Amino acid sequence: MQLTNRSKVVTKPEMTFVESLYLPAIFSGLRITIKHLFKKKATLRYPEVTREFAPVYRGMHVLKRDEQGRENCTACGLCAVSCPAEAITMDAAERKAGEENLYREEKYAAKYEINMLRCIFCGLCEEACPKDAIYLTDRIVHSEYTRGEFVFGKDVLVEKVDQRIDISKRKKEYTI
Amino acid sequence: MSVLVFKAILVLVLFLISLGIAAYSTYAERKVAAFLQDRIGPDRAGPFGLLQPIADGVKMFLKEEIIPNVSDKLLFIAGPCIFMLTALMTSAVIPWGKALEFGGQIYNLQVADINIGVLYVLGVVSLGVYGIMIGGWASNNKYALLGAVRASSQMISYELAMGMSVIAVLLMSNGTLSLNDIVASQGTGKLYGFIDISGMNWNVFYQPLGFIIFLVCAFAETNRTPFDLPESESELIGGFHTEYSSMKLGLYLFAEYINMFISSAVIACLFFGGYNFPGIDYLGTVLPHNVVSIISVAALFGKIFFFIFFFMWVRWTIPRFRYDQLMRLGWQVLMPLAIINVLITGAVLTYFGN
Repeated sequence: MQLTNRSKVVTKPEMTFVESLYLPAIFSGLRITIKHLFKKKATLRYPEVTREFAPVYRGMHVLKRDEQGRENCTACGLCAVSCPAEAITMDAAERKAGEENLYREEKYAAKYEINMLRCIFCGLCEEACPKDAIYLTDRIVHSEYTRGEFVFGKDVLVEKVDQRIDISKRKKEYTI
Repeated sequence: MSVLVFKAILVLVLFLISLGIAAYSTYAERKVAAFLQDRIGPDRAGPFGLLQPIADGVKMFLKEEIIPNVSDKLLFIAGPCIFMLTALMTSAVIPWGKALEFGGQIYNLQVADINIGVLYVLGVVSLGVYGIMIGGWASNNKYALLGAVRASSQMISYELAMGMSVIAVLLMSNGTLSLNDIVASQGTGKLYGFIDISGMNWNVFYQPLGFIIFLVCAFAETNRTPFDLPESESELIGGFHTEYSSMKLGLYLFAEYINMFISSAVIACLFFGGYNFPGIDYLGTVLPHNVVSIISVAALFGKIFFFIFFFMWVRWTIPRFRYDQLMRLGWQVLMPLAIINVLITGAVLTYFGN
């Protein structure tokens, strides 16, 4: 029974004399392969040349600081709530007097941990954050030797004052 | 310098050149494969990856040497040795260029100008079968044995057609078996009797069919794709060298590339005029004799390198034959064609005189 009209009857016709010589087919094959000799190579020499990530690429997280170098995060916990993989945990603390140059608001995250083995890099934490504190960058999560080392704390996640992480591309493309 | 010393130096140089070309053939193979597949290939070791063969060689030497318990130890070691030995021996009769001349003394760039050169090449190449067969048998492994059986039956089958296609060439050059004479005869006379380009009287223009038969047989003899059934890594885990490791495996792989180099040289000598190149007589009148000799060596090596490239080019173009197809091609197509070719050549030569 014919179900669709896409089916084709397969025939195996007798080869003509020229075809049975195989030589024309071999020469056309050789012509095809030699063409590839002069084509542009698909390989990237990786460590020297890196392929550019898409603007929406979601890699390792960063906890941002503002222009004066104060941490944006207020430990509201919205990222942890929104996280479908339950990868984020945090402890909140109150800012002491004299710490105004460290934290932007009165409350801050004393402990902020993301379990990179749990994280599915969905970016919901970034969307949930009301303080522009957490972003997924185009950096790649580095490898570690034990599972415990994949729980990244503030020492890894918070950007250094002198080594700011550029998220302008991501912000422009993605914030509403 | 006596001729003996010169020959000894020539042997050493040939030995080194064979090994060097074999080493860089592995590199070229990987590069050609990569380029034909839009990749780059090895480029990490040295500029353009040129030190890759050295790295591969060091790796081969440093790997653990494993001789299977159930193998026949003596034969297991003898296998790669024989294969390598026969591969290297063939280069002795190939005329590598026009003779050099120093102080009235003439030095032939050929280790041994024996009058049965072609026969010697065919004979030594056939001995190579023993290397594969012994290696495959001594491994005591079913895949190795299958590969060895395939290799020996394939090589013996294709030797017939190969020999037959060479006979037509021998008829062309007054029945001489000396490779030197065959090459020299392609450097004299006019092409088809009227095209007057010196050094272009190549046999391939008279024997295109014989050339194609010989080329196909050369592919089969060197176990290259599309006839690489003895190795066929996708079916036989490497065939006859399944059990080999370390430098013994290296010898097998190396010898295969030397075989490729030598068969390219033989093809160049039998059908493409060997060291002859267009305009060789004219250059002989304006340049000193030894310079022309060196250019002739370069011409031969150019032809050889082209054929080595052709071997690789074909490898990445044509898929492997099925075994019955291989046998049918060898016995039912190439053999009769070669015999007909001999008959036609003989008839034409008899009719037109020489």
